Amino acid sequence: MAERDDFADQAMQFAPQLYSAAMRLTRNSADAEDLVQDTYLRAWRSFNTFQDGTNLRAWLYRILTNSFINKYRAKQRRPDETGMDNIEDLYLYKRMSTLDNGSRSAEDTMFELFTDDEVKQALETLPENFRLPVLLADVEGFAYKEIAEMLEIPVGTVMSRLHRGRKQMHKLLYDFASERGLITSGAGSSSDSTTTTDSEHD
Amino acid sequence: MTECNATDCNETLRELEQFLDHELSDGARQTIHHHLDGCPDCLQAFDFHAELKMVIAAKCHTDQMPPGLLAKIEQCFGTDVDTTS
Repeated sequence: MAERDDFADQAMQFAPQLYSAAMRLTRNSADAEDLVQDTYLRAWRSFNTFQDGTNLRAWLYRILTNSFINKYRAKQRRPDETGMDNIEDLYLYKRMSTLDNGSRSAEDTMFELFTDDEVKQALETLPENFRLPVLLADVEGFAYKEIAEMLEIPVGTVMSRLHRGRKQMHKLLYDFASERGLITSGAGSSSDSTTTTDSEHD
Repeated sequence: MTECNATDCNETLRELEQFLDHELSDGARQTIHHHLDGCPDCLQAFDFHAELKMVIAAKCHTDQMPPGLLAKIEQCFGTDVDTTS
């Protein structure tokens, strides 16, 4: 079956990104490896449900997220929001724009401000309900509609979880940077006012 | 250039995420662009978040696959195939 072989060839190119996504979700390489393998196995077996011309990458991510949710969410039933603070909008921006020292060549500075591990850890620390949308939007670049389909939640819920998840992640990044003394904490952080009016649209 | 006022800025900042996620209609995008052209403060906030998003994406894609994984995936493709191939 040539078609199926084509599929195998095309699907393989996404393995590195799927593995990275699996790492953010499972937080360890053994589980990530299992999850990716499981994803390809399911994809191969349900290949007949894949419609040619549709987005193969999105289809694989859908299988990956479903496998993850089915396999790992069972372990923790409650929708986990512990550790989600009420964070004001533009939290990180408000604190970092004060330390602009003129010659900021934008990309370099921000790129060097956080290590790979810090960014990964900030994402991995998010509760699952928030981590999945942030991963799929900010790291993998999927559209709200695609994310809504993958996670089987309304688009409005995708948006509100993205909003809250991003703020939480940005705050974690801020904490990392100030721990390392890269940002003088206190600058701009006059009050941790809670201005959130976010609510889940569930 | 338009004079920006607090209401315009608030409206614009409220749509920052959707703008950067390419989820706004063309009309709404135009309105934002128009505001950003005349408002350095909002522009700075938008640039900051655009850059942050790029940095996050780049830094989360640096994992090295375990050496045997590709071979294991290929084994998946051998399973369950019907015999007509």
